[in-house]
Amino acid sequence: MTTKNILLTGVGGQGTILASKLLTEGLLSQGYDVKMSEVHGMSQREGPVLTHVRFGEKVFSPIVEAKKADVIIGFEELEVLRNLEYLREDGKGIVILNRVRVNPIGVQNGSDKYPENAAELIRARAGKVIAMDASEEARKLGNLRVMNIILLGASVRQLGLEEIDWGKVIAENVKPQYVALNQQAFELGKSLS
Amino acid sequence: MKQLITGDEAVARGAWEAGVRFASAYPGTPSTEILENIATYEEIHSEWAPNEKTALESVIGASLAGARAIAAMKHVGLNVAADPFFTFAYMGVNAGAVVVTADEPGQFSSQNEQDNRNYAKAAITPMFEPSDSQECKDMLVEAFEISEKYDIPVLFRMTTRVCHSKSLVELGERQDVPLKPYVKNIKKYVAVPANARPMKVKVQANQALLGVYSNKCQWNRIEMNEPGIGIICSGDCYLYAREVFGDGASYLKLGFTNPLPDDLIREFASKVEKVYIIEENDPYIENHVRALGIPCDGKNIFPRNGEMKPEVIRSVMFGEEYALDDEVRAAVIPRPPTLCAGCPHRGFFYELGRRKNVMVSGDIGCYTLASGAPYHAMETTVCMGASISLGHGAQQVFDTIEGNKMRVVSVIGDSTFFHTGINSLLDVAYNKSNLVTVVLDNRITAMTGQQDNPGTGRTIHGEVTEAVSIEAIVRAFGFKNVRVIDPNQLSEVKEALDWALTLQEPSVIITRWPCALKKQTALDKEEFKGSFTSVYWVNEEICIGCKKCTRTGCPAIVFQVAKKKSSIDPEKCVGCSVCAQVCPVHAIQKVEA
Repeated sequence: MTTKNILLTGVGGQGTILASKLLTEGLLSQGYDVKMSEVHGMSQREGPVLTHVRFGEKVFSPIVEAKKADVIIGFEELEVLRNLEYLREDGKGIVILNRVRVNPIGVQNGSDKYPENAAELIRARAGKVIAMDASEEARKLGNLRVMNIILLGASVRQLGLEEIDWGKVIAENVKPQYVALNQQAFELGKSLS
Repeated sequence: MKQLITGDEAVARGAWEAGVRFASAYPGTPSTEILENIATYEEIHSEWAPNEKTALESVIGASLAGARAIAAMKHVGLNVAADPFFTFAYMGVNAGAVVVTADEPGQFSSQNEQDNRNYAKAAITPMFEPSDSQECKDMLVEAFEISEKYDIPVLFRMTTRVCHSKSLVELGERQDVPLKPYVKNIKKYVAVPANARPMKVKVQANQALLGVYSNKCQWNRIEMNEPGIGIICSGDCYLYAREVFGDGASYLKLGFTNPLPDDLIREFASKVEKVYIIEENDPYIENHVRALGIPCDGKNIFPRNGEMKPEVIRSVMFGEEYALDDEVRAAVIPRPPTLCAGCPHRGFFYELGRRKNVMVSGDIGCYTLASGAPYHAMETTVCMGASISLGHGAQQVFDTIEGNKMRVVSVIGDSTFFHTGINSLLDVAYNKSNLVTVVLDNRITAMTGQQDNPGTGRTIHGEVTEAVSIEAIVRAFGFKNVRVIDPNQLSEVKEALDWALTLQEPSVIITRWPCALKKQTALDKEEFKGSFTSVYWVNEEICIGCKKCTRTGCPAIVFQVAKKKSSIDPEKCVGCSVCAQVCPVHAIQKVEA
């Protein structure tokens, strides 16, 4: 098989790190070679977070090459836009788009304008966009923090990785009291995709 | 069983497997997690050192005392540790010693992009350059063998991507490496000229032997595929090149890179039609290949700056563009890092930024963000500790100007003060400059992710230790004008700055309030009672939309453009009250419980 390329992009505190941890654990359980790379130095200070995950028979580079991402799991609209150069251009690139905006400090203090047309720009360049308000869905489930697992569930379907026992992966990597909730969030994400 | 771990974790594991007993480091991205992970192995005595020089010198001592030892640092840290590093190479080791340097092509969080492979060449030490986590572990174990066999410390060169990328690693067991007896050996360990001259001869002779190793070792290997393109590369560049060319090119993959394998390079060059050198930063391999008389393409076509990512290689080789298209680029706005809500630096810089006739000499830490909007309250950043000595020099010159009004305020964090700021402050005390020094003591090393330091009263293992008092140090130096203030109280900050800037003597202001992210100790909770427990809100009926509160740069404050009113995100606010003090109409109020 050819190596698959996934990007998780968002803002510090959105749970991208746990989502990529679960993703890689699931891929490992299936026997894939997996590599992952993260830039998170500024994530605690409202900065962007970008995680590269690659899997296949034999993976060399730990980072996704520009224009080669099969799937971008976008936790935040502006961050998807910022990293759109990674998406495949052959009409086969998929974006899981969380319809959530986290305003950078410049927008908060009124000096910058959030790009209103972010979703349109993304749609125009992606083969497929699965858009959802995962934060709202998470709120309905009673815990805003499982937003990341909803997005993971949605992307698993698009990646064709449903044969992996994700329930088990979640059970093994999440605190016992949150396992059921996260499994529920994962299934919800799958159904939304 | 294989585990998916980062290069930093793999180095820690390698240290454990190699029987290492002593490890020391100063935190610095991307090397910080090496010692943090080593510290989880109880067989290894681990320490945060005040700086990289002390870390390496204690590693020299540990090696001489018979324990395998490792020092880890970011690339610029080796500048600080360069003095002992060069002479340690002459002296050699007793038990094996390895120095890890974590370089930063692309400068994710560093002040420069220096290529520390040049250090191996300059100090004449062997060097390893791993590509992935498995190599990090395996090469580190081998590095200790090489160190002992050739009686020399080994430089272990990583880069950000190698440090922070995860790949699969087959774990091994810990070797039982007994302590070597310490033997008094003045000729070997006292680097006075008479001893150091023969030491250098020994090191150079060793270099020849290591050249033989370099040609034969498993870390340097030829992978023959198509002979049209022959790529010589090391570290992460090997992975990037493989990604772009696959089996369509042949590779000389180098993992042991000082000395470089001359015979292997010649053999490879003879087997391929055209040689390309793909490496990040300096033409380190390229210069050597050219010196061997082998024609090649390297920095004449590839960039000298930034990461040699696959798309960069592809664009150079095949002319394929990869940048964002114009429409998207125009829409993207920046998301700069900010001082956190509740950051104790905020109030101080808000006040400092309003001063006239002041040059602010800065340093390295979270507070370097004060150079940006909305504070613009930092004018220089060079290297750890430079704020004070640079400010000292500037103030001395300003004061030679008749009627001078310019005052210099040097701003440094607690950990940076302990790192090298102390030496600089001695200069101020000794040479009597009229400098205002401000130590922003947030009770932790915050920038690199909450590491303890000599001022926190805790070791890397959380054990209680002496909490070194910055105030006591400053007073011991002879400074008469010293104040300790709460930076969240703007009137206190303003008053202290007024006081210091009118003095015709040096002064030191210590702001003392914990980092908003710090996990507070029992002592912290006692001293900073009630910190980070309240929340503020904006009474929109009173708010006049003047945006003054937004100029504190707090990420919890949201200005509602349509309404022309400010608001505060209760999820982010931790109640530092700086915005409330700034508000001219008292619209910002504490949420009553």
